[in-house]
Amino acid sequence: MLFQPAIIALLLASLVGTVMVTASVPFAVGVLRGWDTASGSENQLEMEKRTYLVSTLLVVVLVSELASLILFVFNADRMSSLFVGAMCAVGTLNINDWGFPTLYLKIVVFFAASAWLVLNHVDSRGFDYPLVRVKYGALIALAPLMAAAAGVQLAYFLGLRADVIASCCSTLFSGATQITTDKLAAIAPEASLVALSAALGGMMVLGRRALVTGRGAVAYAVLSLVTFAIAMEAVVAAISVYVYELPHHHCPFCILKGEYGHVGYALYLPLFTAAALGVGGGIAQSSARIGSLAEAAPRIMRRCVGWSMAGFGLFGAVTAWLIWRSHLILIEQSPVNSILSILPGGPP
Amino acid sequence: MSVWLHKQRNLLDFTLSSLSRRRGKTLGMMAVYTAIVFVLASVMLFAHAIRQEAAVVLAKSPEVLVQRMVAGRHDLIPARHLDAIKAIRGVQSAEGRLWGYLFDPAAVANYTLMVPTNPRIEPGMVVIGDGVVRVRSADPGDLMSFRAHDGTLVQFKVDKAIGRDSALVSADLFLVSEDDFRRLFGIPAGLFTDLAISVRNPREVAKIAEKIDAALPDTRIILRDEILRTYESVFDWREGMLLVLLAGSILAFAIFSWEKASGLSAEERREIGILKAVGWETGDVIRLKMQEGLVVSLSAFLIGYLLAYLHVFHFGAGLFEPVLKGWAVLYPKYRLTPFVDELQVATLFFFTVFPYTIATVVPIWRAAIVDPDTVMR
Repeated sequence: MLFQPAIIALLLASLVGTVMVTASVPFAVGVLRGWDTASGSENQLEMEKRTYLVSTLLVVVLVSELASLILFVFNADRMSSLFVGAMCAVGTLNINDWGFPTLYLKIVVFFAASAWLVLNHVDSRGFDYPLVRVKYGALIALAPLMAAAAGVQLAYFLGLRADVIASCCSTLFSGATQITTDKLAAIAPEASLVALSAALGGMMVLGRRALVTGRGAVAYAVLSLVTFAIAMEAVVAAISVYVYELPHHHCPFCILKGEYGHVGYALYLPLFTAAALGVGGGIAQSSARIGSLAEAAPRIMRRCVGWSMAGFGLFGAVTAWLIWRSHLILIEQSPVNSILSILPGGPP
Repeated sequence: MSVWLHKQRNLLDFTLSSLSRRRGKTLGMMAVYTAIVFVLASVMLFAHAIRQEAAVVLAKSPEVLVQRMVAGRHDLIPARHLDAIKAIRGVQSAEGRLWGYLFDPAAVANYTLMVPTNPRIEPGMVVIGDGVVRVRSADPGDLMSFRAHDGTLVQFKVDKAIGRDSALVSADLFLVSEDDFRRLFGIPAGLFTDLAISVRNPREVAKIAEKIDAALPDTRIILRDEILRTYESVFDWREGMLLVLLAGSILAFAIFSWEKASGLSAEERREIGILKAVGWETGDVIRLKMQEGLVVSLSAFLIGYLLAYLHVFHFGAGLFEPVLKGWAVLYPKYRLTPFVDELQVATLFFFTVFPYTIATVVPIWRAAIVDPDTVMR
């Protein structure tokens, strides 16, 4: 299975990324120990030069890490045709015990990497390397995370077995693959949609406040992660059901498939971007206290929060559109339905 | 926003002009880069197109095939098995198929013999594929004779030839009537090569296969999905193998780009020195150099991919054909259906742009940290 081109590319990216990040750890330790902008020692000058190299490398690596999350899910979905019983990415990820841990770790790395990128961006705006210690401290924390993600991913790909040629009758005797989203799916669609709209509304209010007053971005950051979780939950409990128009199909991956017009990407890309930028806004605001960043940090915070709000808004709009165009009526006693039935033409 | 855009545009302007000032170096780099993308993209496009072709062909094949096994070998299957299968609920139709291979000493090639049921072929007549027409230079009305299993001669009159559109599957076809087939190979009536079963509901296929397996323990059941999966794996594997072999060239390319990026001419160093002297920061110089790399990368990627597309879909992928598709005397002549896959483009991007970017970071940084006074002296 390792000879799949996309798998080779993913392994290559994670290997290079892990090596690069791990190789920068000794430098990061050196910075934490001996960084002193006031000193004019040779060591300090060397470190100041080297920090450009490390941050450029990491920007490349971490951006590739963000891209590889998309490639991973896309590839998992595509590979489902190779496995008996697999219909979408869930089946592929369930082939062995490492599939879902890989996905979760990749999502964690996604958020950690994007937070680091914002930190790096903010740091580059100040003339006196204001966040250099925080940045490299975060890097030391990021290294084991990336190594773990790379290791788990390798274990997952090594464990993929589709011995189709060996046993033609494997279809007949292999058990059905199932995922345990029962708990998530068990939440009533009404509750999840109400929670989602409350969360999105809250984000808009908080975001507006942060844009106007320049405060509250840290709360926005924390809540954007909460909203992310609520939104994912709503996708499983309600939104995907509306897309499939089948009350019992709760798969969060099938919406990525071509049969449903890849509509899942229209949901997930804004959602992930919005949550990551929300976290970035919090980071930018908490660094505004530093003198050399007093002007730049609030500006970056506003930009992050603004785009994050746009992302959440887009997610909400796509969700509303999906529910509106669906032929499924999941919630019969809803005010929306009574309005729709009064309108000429009625619900589609 | 517009300020930001303006800044990027100016930077890009500067990048392009500085690239064009070193035309020789840039073009050399582009040529190698394009060649790498071209080779990798050709492999991927070809493998994907052929996989697609297999899927299209197999889409019309029966859902389930039943073959009789004797001592682990494929054997002729008696017609009475058909009744047992037809009795299973959910089976739409089941019929016996007759097919096999015939070696033609005159052409030194193997034909695939089949007995079509719809439309039937008149006894004594034969319909031949495009490949057979080529090797035997046979025209409609010609006679072809073969030695049957007992040494007697069986003569066929060519009725017509199958067009070239379906050459991928029909190049070596030799369609005969049931009587002729049985006479040629000495297969008594009531025996078939295998049984083809069609099932109305695709979700019942597995269950029906299970029931057949229980009712007829001496048979092997082959599902269409299994065949598709196997093809997919085989082509993936071949493609992956070729890519791993080409990994050496990716590595060589990375080393080459490292070399190219670190070999700064005195003039370039002076240019960077002047930029820094007029107020550019190290970060700006790095951004400029990265943007140069991006311009080269994207252009090379686009040109390489386009060339690969032309190579595979208009010139028959002459360079890699033997490895990826295998070899046979009667190989069909066909043109692949163009197909570009998003996942493939993304993968290829990872294979080429990512190593290039990583390889050039260190040299770019080296160039960017030079002190202005040392280079301008």
